[in-house]
Amino acid sequence: MKAALRLILSVATTLLGLLLVTFIIARLLPADPVLAVVGDHASESTIEAARIRLGLDKPILVQFWIYLTNVLQGDLGESVRTGRPIASELARVFPATLELATLGTLIGVVLGVPLGVWAAVRKDTWIDHMVRFFGLIGYSVPIFWLGLMGLLVFYAKLDWLPGPGRLDFGYEEIVTPVTGVMTIDTLIAGDFDLFRNALAHLILPASLLGYFSLAYISRMTRSLMLGQLRQEYILTARVKGVPERRIIWKHAMGNILVPLLTVIALSYGNLLEGSVLTETVFAWRGLGLYITDSIFGQDMPAVLGGTIVVGAIFIVINMLTDVAYRVLDPRAR
Amino acid sequence: MTDWAIAVTPPRWRKWLLAETPQSRLQARLSRAYLSWVAFARNPLAMLGLVIVAILVFCAVFAPWVAPHNPIAGDLGNRLVAPGGEHWLGTDQQGRDIWSRIVYGSRTTLLIIFMVAITAAPVGIVIGATAGYLGGKVEAVLMRLTDAFLAFPKLVLALAFAAALGPGIENAVLAIALTSWPPYARIARAETLTVRGTDYIAAARISGASGMRILIGHIMPMCMPSLIVRVSLDMAGVILIAAGLGFLGLGVAPPQPEWGAMVSEGRSQILEQWWVCTYPGVAIFIVSLGFNLIGDGLRDVLDPREG
Repeated sequence: MKAALRLILSVATTLLGLLLVTFIIARLLPADPVLAVVGDHASESTIEAARIRLGLDKPILVQFWIYLTNVLQGDLGESVRTGRPIASELARVFPATLELATLGTLIGVVLGVPLGVWAAVRKDTWIDHMVRFFGLIGYSVPIFWLGLMGLLVFYAKLDWLPGPGRLDFGYEEIVTPVTGVMTIDTLIAGDFDLFRNALAHLILPASLLGYFSLAYISRMTRSLMLGQLRQEYILTARVKGVPERRIIWKHAMGNILVPLLTVIALSYGNLLEGSVLTETVFAWRGLGLYITDSIFGQDMPAVLGGTIVVGAIFIVINMLTDVAYRVLDPRAR
Repeated sequence: MTDWAIAVTPPRWRKWLLAETPQSRLQARLSRAYLSWVAFARNPLAMLGLVIVAILVFCAVFAPWVAPHNPIAGDLGNRLVAPGGEHWLGTDQQGRDIWSRIVYGSRTTLLIIFMVAITAAPVGIVIGATAGYLGGKVEAVLMRLTDAFLAFPKLVLALAFAAALGPGIENAVLAIALTSWPPYARIARAETLTVRGTDYIAAARISGASGMRILIGHIMPMCMPSLIVRVSLDMAGVILIAAGLGFLGLGVAPPQPEWGAMVSEGRSQILEQWWVCTYPGVAIFIVSLGFNLIGDGLRDVLDPREG
């Protein structure tokens, strides 16, 4: 009970910190916060109205309080470019990012865990070196560049996959958004051709994100697995004649499952963030593209709205993982 | 130990370095560093990383001699020339030699990682050492702040900072530094906690040294070694974030070559003139890989548990 309270407090202060940072970015960094909101070409009366609406005539602490209460009520302000509420725009684009990051993590887990186990079992052989090097490449390659190269090879040269976007050009409007996840929406519509199309558009960006997730997950799996294989209970099992496969996947895996879960959750959070550049390259209408489009459009309130949402999800995932770790692993209690 | 190491190293100072009972602190330190170096040098991938970074530094220092053409002034008659011949990596849409721009771009990259290191590390060390030394409420507040910053998504926050500050290399550095100090603060605090109770600190205090003096003169230097290692491990990540900012137009102002921005400039004609955005990306990848290889080698030497 006490631990739960401490956790809630910790999430709350971290979120408060995030809002303080975005508030500072919004109000203190730009030379003129009003201009940052209404744009360069606003008339005198618009500027004056905005100044009062933003409460800039009030003391800074009061301004922060107003900002805080607004955000907590789901009011992230209005977009400079479209004039619509930022919160509803973010809600509209969010499922696209979720779809991408989820499939990416799935790919990362399905490939990364076995690779990491394989490398650990064959420690210091060429297999181990290959897996580590493969992962290191994932850590080193700029994701936006890899995306462009993927498009160049698989779309332009080989013509195996469709180009950027979530569906072929012109089709995106005809699908009625139900969940916002294109692969599910096309299935609900019962259109299998469109479903295949959506899947073909999804596969390249998701694989790229999956590679980054794989790099992290395989590395952590290897390291966790090595920690277990050194233990004496493994030796005991071997002496007793337990088959090696069972030792690895049952005995050792059982013990690393909880920390591995933490790793996977963290990588999910990282992918939500990593999707910013990927979506930009693939014209994928999600949170990331929304943020970068807003940067190009000088739409600071929208940029900060996106930052708050990504940040809040990131923080909550981190904290939830922490809880899960404590609950599931008796040693951490 | 490899044979060549014995063959090429003069035996006298090698013996001095490997002495069982070092006569001075300097000898002990150098001896440890030498042993780490021998272990590090035995890792071929780590050495590859070192070679890559050495080449990067060489290109940055001797850019005017390495680059065959002017990186900024283009020759409009030679726009989008395919790789080969005089322009072995081709030219971009303004007729500028891509290889020359990559060579000069190495200066930008080095400048950014250097500036981030000397901005973020001091912030981290001041916050961490102060928290560790003073303890109590100060520590609670400072470490809470650190943890909060650690929980933020780095790239998105750096994007928001950079977008608010506007494009430019100083702003990009500031944006990255603002999001990368928390791990340094944690390390500095951990190191401070281990030296805080030692006798020499007590001796300094008894001789009347002020808290500030102890902190700056006696504690912070002890945090430096592990901090330097950690900073060097982070370099690859800094390069990637900087390139990402450049790609989104939040890096260096246009005519100056920056690898991320070069990729983005070549994006519109990627289908016909693929080389414009391909080669700068290769440069980012190789350099970041180089730093990662060094980092991996360092980790193997310094932390055998990861092994």
